[in-house]
Amino acid sequence: MKWGTSTWVGGSLVAIAIGVAVFAPWIALTDPVMDANLMNAELPPSWEFPFGTDAQGRDIYSRICYGARISLTVGVVSQICNSLIGVTLGLTAGFWGGWWDDVVSGLTNLMLAIPSLVFALAIMAILGPGLVSLVIALGLTSWSYSCRIARAQVLSLKSQGYVQAARILGYGDFRIMFTQVLPNILGPLIVIATLGMGGAILAEAALSFLGLGIRPPFPSWGSMLSEARDQIRAAPWLSVFPGLAIFFTVLGLNLLGDGLRDILDPQSQTRRA
Amino acid sequence: MTAPLLKVDDLHITLEGDGASYNAVENVSFEIGRGDAFGLVGESGCGKSITALAVMGLLRRPLGIGKGRIVLDGEEIQNASAARLRELRGSKIGMIFQEPMTALNPLSPVGRQIAEMFVLHQSASWSEAMDRAEDALRQVRVPSPERRIRDFPHQLSGGMRQRVMIAIALACRPDLLIADEPTTALDVTVQAEIIDLMAELCAAKGTAILMISHDLGLVANMCRRVAVMYAGRIVESQGAEAIFATPRHPYTKGLVDSLPRLGERSKRGRQRLREISGVVPSIAAYPSGCRFNPRCPSVTDICRSAAPDVTALGDGLVRCHHHE
Amino acid sequence: MSDKIPSKLLELDDLAVHFHVGSALKGGVKTLKAVDGVSLEVKPGECLGLVGESGCGKSTLALSIMGLQPPTRGNIRLNGHELSARDRMETARTVQMVFQDPYASLNPRQTVRRTLADPLRIHGITNKTEVEHRVMDMMAKVGLRADRADRYPHEFSGGQRQRIGIARALILQPKLVICDEPVSALDVSIRAQIINLLLELKDEMGLAYILISHDLGVVEHVSDRVAVMYLGRIVEQGGWQEIFEDPRHPYTRALIAAIPDPFHRADAKVARAKAHGEIASALNPPPGCHFNPRCPMKANRCISEMPALEAVAEGHRAACHFRNSAA
Repeated sequence: MKWGTSTWVGGSLVAIAIGVAVFAPWIALTDPVMDANLMNAELPPSWEFPFGTDAQGRDIYSRICYGARISLTVGVVSQICNSLIGVTLGLTAGFWGGWWDDVVSGLTNLMLAIPSLVFALAIMAILGPGLVSLVIALGLTSWSYSCRIARAQVLSLKSQGYVQAARILGYGDFRIMFTQVLPNILGPLIVIATLGMGGAILAEAALSFLGLGIRPPFPSWGSMLSEARDQIRAAPWLSVFPGLAIFFTVLGLNLLGDGLRDILDPQSQTRRA
Repeated sequence: MTAPLLKVDDLHITLEGDGASYNAVENVSFEIGRGDAFGLVGESGCGKSITALAVMGLLRRPLGIGKGRIVLDGEEIQNASAARLRELRGSKIGMIFQEPMTALNPLSPVGRQIAEMFVLHQSASWSEAMDRAEDALRQVRVPSPERRIRDFPHQLSGGMRQRVMIAIALACRPDLLIADEPTTALDVTVQAEIIDLMAELCAAKGTAILMISHDLGLVANMCRRVAVMYAGRIVESQGAEAIFATPRHPYTKGLVDSLPRLGERSKRGRQRLREISGVVPSIAAYPSGCRFNPRCPSVTDICRSAAPDVTALGDGLVRCHHHE
Repeated sequence: MSDKIPSKLLELDDLAVHFHVGSALKGGVKTLKAVDGVSLEVKPGECLGLVGESGCGKSTLALSIMGLQPPTRGNIRLNGHELSARDRMETARTVQMVFQDPYASLNPRQTVRRTLADPLRIHGITNKTEVEHRVMDMMAKVGLRADRADRYPHEFSGGQRQRIGIARALILQPKLVICDEPVSALDVSIRAQIINLLLELKDEMGLAYILISHDLGVVEHVSDRVAVMYLGRIVEQGGWQEIFEDPRHPYTRALIAAIPDPFHRADAKVARAKAHGEIASALNPPPGCHFNPRCPMKANRCISEMPALEAVAEGHRAACHFRNSAA
């Protein structure tokens, strides 16, 4: 396996984000929830509070460390759900066609027509707030992109000689889908999934802001960002640091996605060799 | 002796890529007289198509002319301005490509696309140009041209589209028609008709032909002279009939011998086909010396070390250390 | 499978494949008769050349024989058994296919070894040493070096890829292989290698072929019998010698006349045989004999009456009203 530069950079960024989430209790300076001290409210970055403090005087750096746990979980797990649903539906719809394709396409169009956040809101309303329901809500509502892409790719691959050859050799439908078709459409699907992770992190912020996601005072990057909205001029550090955390994580995920796509492609492997 | 219509002299085409520069075409020289038909034959990647593109001034990065001259009707055009080249294409050089669907504008009726040539190159008015377009369609034997001029390319069959391409290419009576694999995408019986049509029209208008193809038989049928290219170099050039009867380069010989010919089996029974061993080299891995040497049945040491020069032989030329 | 060798490996009886195209809303549904009443047979070990141009139905016919396209009418019998959807695996072990495009017909994400080993496993050969043995044996048969087994398709040239495609088609030891334009996408200097290989394998493994090609030189060289198709129907069939030396259908003559061979320079007879105009659409074939608009011998009868495929001599049949008159 040859690892390209983007894989290294992306992998490192993602590894840092995961490391921060896992080791939050050890690397955080204060408790992100309990250590509120109105005496320290909205202090700019300093040696004592490297990223400054928020309106309740809590250390932003520590909150970002703990917030990584929620944001990464929501982003990665919900996106894995979305990809699994979208790819399964898209793959089977494109491959079998017929009434199943009509059903899936109708469903996809429905999902695209109604903002996914509204769907998520409805699900959250039923399940009640909390991390698990957040992941479920976001993981069920934005699979339409990966579904569409998977379906379109399958349609163009279905007539390729090697897919026909597999049929002629007696491969079953699922075996063809998973050994002949899926490996060859993984590239764009990985890109879509990593892009979606950034979207999920931000969607979590929106739901939290509406009071349906992570309840304050527990931190997530999205909720920190939405709390800081009003203060963007007076106390820019409130939004800049969570924003940078999201930025570098999403960048890392996207670079890693690109890198993985190349690693999985035997053709680019030998080209670089 | 009159000057030839097209003279390509020591043409080199370079290909930049991966930080290296390759000679995609090397020492290519040939001449085409007025009204003559000349064929350039070779396999994919041998440089025949980019040689034609160079003549039309259509080489784009990463390809470029490294060295050599292209003289059309006494005018050196290898360094001509884009405006001058545009003027030449259509008025002095007509072109036909392999896939007419991609060469025609899908959003414009075919009559308009032919008429455009008269408007652009002969400053005709649109109404006059449309009349002439109808005539042009009649000349390429499109049935009921008065209706067909309003058709869009997708409404025509492959053969009809190629007829339209011929009409466009020959609209302004160019001196030279460049046809790059003009019938490869067509069915065999349609191919035969298109080739006959091209030959007939060019003869009537005195247009010279530069035909590019992988099919030696097709080119030899259509052209008076044929040059065979292999891995960026012309390895042999001769009169069309002679190249089949007495091929001189081992590669040409291999090509002529390797394909089953109609009627052979009933004369001599089924003989095992003579293979050319090995594979066509890629541009980044051209062998040193004679580029055919790893596949050549009569290879010797000198073939591996030194590239053979061109030897004139009768009315042709051959690039081989061991030509007969 | 029974032990006795049936005299006919493949029998097609009045096979038809029709498609409905268009929609009721946009100008009505039309019937495309891709294959229309084709009867053929292939004996064990023989090569049938199937000749025709685009739209003649040869690809649809191949799909039907492979069991991938259910026929509208007629029968397909393989080894004496009706072809049905249930014995897909049995069909796979009897008929296989070599594709035209060696680039699109190999999965870019699978090594040669996997491409050849997977079908064996699917068909119940799971013993590792046996799989390995068969894969290596097959690679040797098609002229691929054993140390290339773990390479991916893009690391091979077009000719080598076609060898992989042939190996894949033969790995289940089928009786019949449909070769769909097996050399036309290859470089000219590579074609002879593949044609020779196909002929060697035929003798070595006792294979029967259906060779689909528009290259009459190749068809004559390889085939034992030849069938010529035009717009969904067989217009002439017979032994290779009869088809090429005594063609009775004007379309067969036109195909032969169209070959750009300088040793066949246009003489008067050849010029007269050439077809004119374009191939009609199978959606809207001309009435009577489908070839009549392009035929140099056309008469009134050809427009009013469709000629049947009738015998000219033993084993040689042509569908032309004038099959017995000289060209």
